[in-house]
Amino acid sequence: MTRRTRLVMFGIAAAGLGVVLIYGLAGLPAFGDYHGVYGHVIDRIGVTERHATDLVTALNFDFRAFDTLGEEFILFGSVLGVVLILREVRDDHERPRQQEAEEHSFAGASAALRAMALGLIPTLIALGVYIVVHGQITPGGGFQGGLILAAGPLAVFLAGRYVRMKRVAPHAMGEIGDAAGAMGYALVGLGGLVFAGVFFKNFLPLGIPGHLLSAGQIDVASVAVGLEVSGAFLVAWSEFLDQAILVRRNGAR
Amino acid sequence: MSFLPFAIAAWLFLIGLYGIVSSRNLIRAILSLTVVQSATYVVLLGVGYVHGGRAPIFADIPAGTPAVDPVVQVLVLTDIVIGATVTAMLLALAVQAHKRFGSLDPQDLRALRD
Amino acid sequence: MHITALAIVVPMIAAALLVVGRHSSPRLLNDLAAAGVGLSVVTISAILLVRAIHDPIVYWMGGWRPNHMVAVGISLSIDPIGAGMAAFAAVLVTAALVYSWRYFDGADGLFHALMLVFLAAMVGFCLTGDLFNLIVFFELMGAVAYALTAYRTEERGPIQGAINFAITNSVAAYATFIGAALLYARTGALNLAQIGAALDGHTADALVVVAMVLLFVGFLTKAAAVPLHFWSADAHAVAPTPICVLLSAVMAELGLYAVARVYWTVFAGGLSPHVDELRAILIALGTVTALWGGIMCYAQRHLKRLLAFSTISHVGVIACGVGLLTARGLAGAATYVVGQGFTKGALFMLVGVLLHRFGTVDEFDLHGRGREMRVAGVLLGVGGLALTAMPGVTLFFGKSLIDGAALDDRYAWLPAVFVISSILTGGAVLRVTGRVFMGWGASQRQDDVRLRHVAEEKDEQRVERDFTPPLMLIVPAVLLAGAIVIGLIPGALPAIETAAAHFADHAAYARWVLTGGAPHFTAVRHTHVETVDYLYGSAGTLGAIAIAALTLFGSTLHQRVPAALIGPPRAALTALRGLHSGHIGDYVAWWTLGTAMLGGASLILLT
Repeated sequence: MTRRTRLVMFGIAAAGLGVVLIYGLAGLPAFGDYHGVYGHVIDRIGVTERHATDLVTALNFDFRAFDTLGEEFILFGSVLGVVLILREVRDDHERPRQQEAEEHSFAGASAALRAMALGLIPTLIALGVYIVVHGQITPGGGFQGGLILAAGPLAVFLAGRYVRMKRVAPHAMGEIGDAAGAMGYALVGLGGLVFAGVFFKNFLPLGIPGHLLSAGQIDVASVAVGLEVSGAFLVAWSEFLDQAILVRRNGAR
Repeated sequence: MSFLPFAIAAWLFLIGLYGIVSSRNLIRAILSLTVVQSATYVVLLGVGYVHGGRAPIFADIPAGTPAVDPVVQVLVLTDIVIGATVTAMLLALAVQAHKRFGSLDPQDLRALRD
Repeated sequence: MHITALAIVVPMIAAALLVVGRHSSPRLLNDLAAAGVGLSVVTISAILLVRAIHDPIVYWMGGWRPNHMVAVGISLSIDPIGAGMAAFAAVLVTAALVYSWRYFDGADGLFHALMLVFLAAMVGFCLTGDLFNLIVFFELMGAVAYALTAYRTEERGPIQGAINFAITNSVAAYATFIGAALLYARTGALNLAQIGAALDGHTADALVVVAMVLLFVGFLTKAAAVPLHFWSADAHAVAPTPICVLLSAVMAELGLYAVARVYWTVFAGGLSPHVDELRAILIALGTVTALWGGIMCYAQRHLKRLLAFSTISHVGVIACGVGLLTARGLAGAATYVVGQGFTKGALFMLVGVLLHRFGTVDEFDLHGRGREMRVAGVLLGVGGLALTAMPGVTLFFGKSLIDGAALDDRYAWLPAVFVISSILTGGAVLRVTGRVFMGWGASQRQDDVRLRHVAEEKDEQRVERDFTPPLMLIVPAVLLAGAIVIGLIPGALPAIETAAAHFADHAAYARWVLTGGAPHFTAVRHTHVETVDYLYGSAGTLGAIAIAALTLFGSTLHQRVPAALIGPPRAALTALRGLHSGHIGDYVAWWTLGTAMLGGASLILLT
């Protein structure tokens, strides 16, 4: 279709779809007036039954842990997909060799940047670990904390030292972290099956709400997810960064 | 006024679709997909809001305080992860497309026509 | 039933392990491990199936049972059709894995890991009883499928196919999110049974109808129903053969399974005043899909695209079966899915044999080259005949059930549509058999314009070989045997009818899921194959043979027909083919149009 035809057809279609959507959305309860029963029940039983004070994380890793398992593996599979798509094939040029990568300096890398990054890295890692481990008490959890954790090694890259980043967080380590985290999460579920009779049933001691070691499996699940997320994103980022170096190298020729 | 968030969601959905349909660059199409996805966030979070509700974190407020719906927040979290990962894959595909086709314009991707 | 969740978790853990060891483990280990896991999932699903026939299984994750009829956790709500679909998916994944032992030279652990995650997603999709969980597994299937479609990154086609696949299916998934949000807002529930129970007793208003449309559109995109189907031919044309098998034989059917499941558990109560209108909408959709797919199928020379369009046509037939909204139609659809799945899987594998041997999938390039490959030729011919719903094969029994259901509801013209679909899709395969394996027919198409480069499909090694590993013929032979035999197993068809009737029992579902009590299903009425069904089946088979023969041998006839008669249909066909442009903007525009039309029709007719 010509661009014009396509846009006209889309315009008509979008107008129709817009009307349909508005009709549907109009039936929603007014903004702010929601009284769904699911949320109420969770609010009521979350703290007492699971000794967790952050109910979003409790839902994520306990009540609806099975959803999170699927989501985990979406992350796992997609990152594998990125590795698959960007992998070297016969006809491709080789991966940037150590030396060439070393010679690369990304624009803007300066001493000041390096100093700042140096300060950032321990902060990021500490913050990441804190958020992962406190998921059941305060806002946060495996996903959020894992991403911050992954940003630590990324700051090394920002400081202009790509090769150092690869030494600090080599590709293989990221992949293994990713797989181990995913497997770890599934094993938490299996633990429920083995020790408490039902898959994902919380089998660890529940502790006191508000303390670090509370809410049983939620904490462990959070750590597994944190490991997976940080591994997965590191793998994805380093794949893309490899491509960036390839482009620069080929462009510089 | 109380319908505004949902109207915005519908608008985001449609304008994102428009972005995909009219893009001359794959990256722009992929980012328009992200806009379509943000429509889902707005709908979900808009549904769960309760006037005067606190966040569903009972660390320092007594249990039983009215709180916003925690379930939709979990749904949005899942949604975000899904979106991020699919975008990553699409961007990887875009990198390869540029390598193989030499262009990112959907018009130039002509390996598959009937 | 303690092993219930294992059907989903075991392949996931195995996939993670395969990735951890992927740089050091030998190919043989990966192959055996993956196939072994596949077989274990088949076993577990079979056990679940047997158990579910007795009494449906409800498994609450985390031990969270419903709190005063409010579902707090996620349930696996397993009935015979769900367990059966899971077993079916597992069998096909295992077959594809075994087939790829010889097909891929150099697939590393990534391929096996992704296939196992794909398997876990499909099984989870079939067994779950929670709406959002369904969507999560839907996305998981999609994400892995996008990656696997792009497997051969050194070619241009796979990249483009995967991009089109990913963007259209992601848009569809986001539509389902909004649909789920709407239902959640109305009912405060995510469990399918609970949503259904909450919607019962209130007539469906615009919100419920739009939610249904958005959910269905999402699932129907996966199923490749027209006009949401454009991505499908592209993806099938470029994905590696084992992946094509799964996309065509399982994933598309799972989309329709989801439509049926969501309708019967959630909407059947609230929409019951408007059942006839909804039926009309779904049958219209199915009919257009069946015919469009059939026509496009017959016009193809790229063998994988040909099979992809034939899948689309069959999806149309199955959509009609589901869309009749009766237990009998559903039983027919379920049987048809099994027959079609095994047949289509085998056909794709046989095309893979040709690709492996000759490095091309262009029908005309392959003219006569298959003469020494007797076994493959026979298998392809048998597959083509099976596709026509020849009396006796599983597909035939499925079609006759759907025909019966159509006649029950006064859709007397529907069986004719199915016959046309059989003729076009089966005839295309028979034509290919004749041309490739017997050397019949022309070796160059008369008025070819620009189709050479479409068959750019190259083998992984881009070489021609002079042998075919026996395994690559054994697996499709086994699948074809299944396609023929399953319908003939005594007691299989009545069991499917019973299972379908229970599936369609909306009130009973809420009972056994939410209370865990006895279902108290309503009584089932069994049917028999009628004489008229044999007539339709034979008409399809004979028509397919006739049209294939006509195409292969009828060139003189072709010249005698006046140009004025040929002109308009040819122009129409060219226009239809031109719509499949490969441009993502076109595809999303069509998707928007299809959704708007479905939404508009539903709002007008169902509120």
